Amino acid sequence: MDERFEIRIDGRTYEVERGTTVAAALLNAGVTRFHDAPGGEPRAPLCGMGICFECMVRINGEEGCLACQTVCRRGMEVVTR
Amino acid sequence: MSHVKMQGSIVVVGVGPAGIAAAWAAAEAGGDVLMVDNGAAAGGQIWRGGKALDRLSTKWLRRLERAKGIRRVGALVVSAEADRKLLLAETAEGGSVGVRYEKLILATGARERFLPFAGWTLPGVVGAGGLQALVKSGLDVRGKRVVLAGSGPLLLAVADLLREREATVVLIAEQARMAAIMRFGMKLASAPAKLIQAVVLKARLATVPYLTGCWVERAEGAERLKSVMLNQGGRRWRVECDYLGTGFGLIPNMELAGLLGCETGPGGVVVDARQRTSVEGVYCAGEAAGIGGVDKSLAEGEIAGWAAAGQEDTARALEGVRAKQLGFAAALGEAFGLREELKGLVTAETVVCRCEDVRMGALEGMEDWREAKLQTRCGMGRCQGRVCGGALEFLKGWTPAVVKPPVFPARVATMVAEDEV
Repeated sequence: MDERFEIRIDGRTYEVERGTTVAAALLNAGVTRFHDAPGGEPRAPLCGMGICFECMVRINGEEGCLACQTVCRRGMEVVTR
Repeated sequence: MSHVKMQGSIVVVGVGPAGIAAAWAAAEAGGDVLMVDNGAAAGGQIWRGGKALDRLSTKWLRRLERAKGIRRVGALVVSAEADRKLLLAETAEGGSVGVRYEKLILATGARERFLPFAGWTLPGVVGAGGLQALVKSGLDVRGKRVVLAGSGPLLLAVADLLREREATVVLIAEQARMAAIMRFGMKLASAPAKLIQAVVLKARLATVPYLTGCWVERAEGAERLKSVMLNQGGRRWRVECDYLGTGFGLIPNMELAGLLGCETGPGGVVVDARQRTSVEGVYCAGEAAGIGGVDKSLAEGEIAGWAAAGQEDTARALEGVRAKQLGFAAALGEAFGLREELKGLVTAETVVCRCEDVRMGALEGMEDWREAKLQTRCGMGRCQGRVCGGALEFLKGWTPAVVKPPVFPARVATMVAEDEV
C-alpha cells in the first residue's frame, strides 16, 4: 500500500504516495494557483468534493479536469493555470 | 466513446450511508439492486478514506460488501428523465451509461454552505468539509496552522482529524451563541450515542479554543492566505494561519430530484414516512431529504430500501427511529441557525459568484435568480450556482433555481447517446 511514484507538475517532478488526489499533491508541492478567475485572481480548491470547480487543472493534456476528484497515476502530467 | 446500457429493478444513486442502507435493505428483501455513484469508494463524504473508521461505518460497509444481488457502476449521473425512467451517467474514462430503473432511490447527500466575506476567494481558504476531504486524500497538514470557522458540528469533526494528522488547530470560531448550543446539548441527552460522540470529541479537542458567537470577518493575504481577522462580540483580532476551513452547515443536493420533477422545499426533497417523493417510484433518503446526520441517513435509507422492495411492514417498523432522528435534525437546525450579522460581512466589492466573478454590488436591486442570471451571469458558471446558490439563499432569500440538464458538465457524446438509449 505504501507505494510511491512520480508525477510532473508544471514541468517539475514530484514524488507522491499512491491514493493521493491531484489536488492534495499540488497543495503538498506548494502550488497555490490552480487556475485563474475570469478577473485574473488566483483560485485554488474550495469544496474538495467536485462541486465548486475551483481546482480545475490540465491533466495529461485534457483541460478542465477536477484535481480533487482525480487520483494521481504514475507519470501523470499536470499543468496549472 | 462507448455507450453502455444497464438496468436494475431498484436503482440507488449515491454510496454514502443512506445509499448503502437503502441498497442493503432492498437486496435483503430480494431486490435486484444497482448502485450508481461517480466511482469513488463506498462510504460517501462522511466515511471517505476509511483509515480510522468507527464501528458503525465498519458494520455497514461490511454489510454492503457481503450483500447478494447488489451491482455497482462507477459513473456520475448527469441527467434523468422520469417519464422514461432513465438516468444518464458518465464514467471517468468518458464512456456514457444509460440506466433504466423501476424504482429509484436518491441518496445524493449534501454539500457545504459557503458564505462570502472579504478574501474568501484566496487560495488557502477551503471548505471545512473540503479540508477534511483533502486531508483524507493525501494533503499533508503536519505543522500547518489552521483556523476553522463557520457553524455546525462538522467543525469539531474536522478539528479532530486535523489534530490527529498533526496540524495546529489555532481555534474554532462558531457563529452560533453558546446558549443555543447548550440547549442543543441538553437535547442530545435523549440520544445517548450522539451524546457520547460529542463528549469524546470535546475531550479530544480540550486544548483547542472553541469560541462561540465568533466569526471570520476577513481573510487576508496577497496571492494566498496569510491571516484572518476574527470578530467576537465586537472584539477584533488577527490570527496568522496557513489554512482557513470554513463552512456554514450543509445544503441538501437536490439537483437530480429537481430534474425528475420531485417536489423540493428549503430543507430538502419532500418525502413521506416511507421516503416516497412526489414522483411515482422515486424515493429520497438521507441528507438530500433534510440535513440530520448519519443516523438519520441510515434509518431513512433502510426505510427507502424496504419500501421500494415492497416490504412495507419492515419499513413501518423503523418509523420510531426515523421520528427520533427527525427530532434531532430539527434541534440541530435550531441550534446552529445562521445569525443576521453574517449578512453584513458582504460588501458591494465581495465576489459572490466565484465562477463568473460576480460581485454583490452587481446584484443590487435584483428581485430573484432569474433576473440575476439574465443580467449578470451569476450562477451560470461551471458549478451552476451550487456555491453562490447556498449563499444567496441566506443573503437575499432567493430559492435556488432548478438546475437544467446536465446537472454536471457532460461531454457532448453522453448527451447525444441519450437519444439512442
